Amino acid sequence: MSRVTFTIDGKTATAEQGQTILKAAEAAGVYIPRLCACKDLVPHGSCRVCSVRVNGRIQAACVQIVTEGAIVENESDEIREYRRNIIDMLFVEGNHFCMFCEKSGHCELQALAYRFGIAAPRYRYLYPKREIDLSHPDVYLDHNRCILCGRCVRASQDLDHKNVFQFVERGCRKRLQVDGEALAATDLRVTDEAVASCPVGALMRKRVGYAVPVGRRPYDEIPIGKDIESPGEE
Amino acid sequence: MSSKARIATVSLAGCFGCHMSILDIDQRILQLADLVEFDRSPINDYKDFQGRCAVGIVEGGCCNEENVHVLERFRRQCDVLVSLGDCAINGGIPAMRNNIPLRECLEDAYLKSPGVYNPAGTVPNDPELPLLLNRLYPCHEVVRIDHFIPGCPPPADAIWDALVGLLTGKPVAPVYNRLKYD
Repeated sequence: MSRVTFTIDGKTATAEQGQTILKAAEAAGVYIPRLCACKDLVPHGSCRVCSVRVNGRIQAACVQIVTEGAIVENESDEIREYRRNIIDMLFVEGNHFCMFCEKSGHCELQALAYRFGIAAPRYRYLYPKREIDLSHPDVYLDHNRCILCGRCVRASQDLDHKNVFQFVERGCRKRLQVDGEALAATDLRVTDEAVASCPVGALMRKRVGYAVPVGRRPYDEIPIGKDIESPGEE
Repeated sequence: MSSKARIATVSLAGCFGCHMSILDIDQRILQLADLVEFDRSPINDYKDFQGRCAVGIVEGGCCNEENVHVLERFRRQCDVLVSLGDCAINGGIPAMRNNIPLRECLEDAYLKSPGVYNPAGTVPNDPELPLLLNRLYPCHEVVRIDHFIPGCPPPADAIWDALVGLLTGKPVAPVYNRLKYD
């Protein structure tokens, strides 16, 4: 198959015909931060954390296809600033209390904030009132921590061939809705890919929290994306 | 008064865990004693400021009017004000009440909870008790904060790095595993 050539942050790389910028960059050893994009899932382009400048325009790297001669900016101050703002807004918009969250140390949102060196968000916390669904015997859904990335929605449909999750409402009222009175009334199983797909502590398995000691959790010592930047190094 | 830089610390709506983490700098506390003089702080139990301070360290957010007064006093007395720990930065555990009306919180705590013995059937309202605010406010929503050290508690090394940077004017390069939210 013919390949296309592009540059990312001045470095020349090649990509397969039709490959997304995110995937092509990954193959070239360049990590583009992302939240809603996830291996094995059709890209969604909703979180905008993977925003890059392509030939002068801001595009979401997870959905944008590489074209011949494309010039991609990934690590510029401007792009970094955009991404930091998105992460900040995600933190203030929900109730993200890392100190008692079971996902802490495994959380992709937290890991991104660590990677960006964020000591405190720049915006006011909204402290929204959100529900927690504990009805299911093996899984719980904490809307306080949901960032509306849609990974569970896509995983449930495309990988589990169910339709447990959907978004309802629009704008600041947008929220995740389950297909039934509560999680227990759906056909969700603890082994479903949807459960494993959550990047934050919103959709969680019960009774397995805090199993890994502090210091040995995935993002305690190694920044998120390091596996892409220097594969094989631990 | 000695010519050393003065630092003050306080715990507002916090659990003193961040102060424990300050003590966790271990022997470096001797180096710190060479660098600074402690002003108002739970460490020496001074209740009020003795003079102007170079650095003020605040643990915990503001849950009552006294917290606000103390924080405002710290802002006036200190050149650099530091929010230490998650409670000062995002409210932490005390902020869990932020989307529950205050009356409901008090009624639940003093009247309705199982095991409550309260024959008078009233919520404590002695004038000595600071009035609770409607919700918990992170410190930077009350006064200007110059520096943030997150963590629950922040690692001692993170506190040390920040103090050395602030006191010597030479910022210490950030270290990945010293920035923590838990």
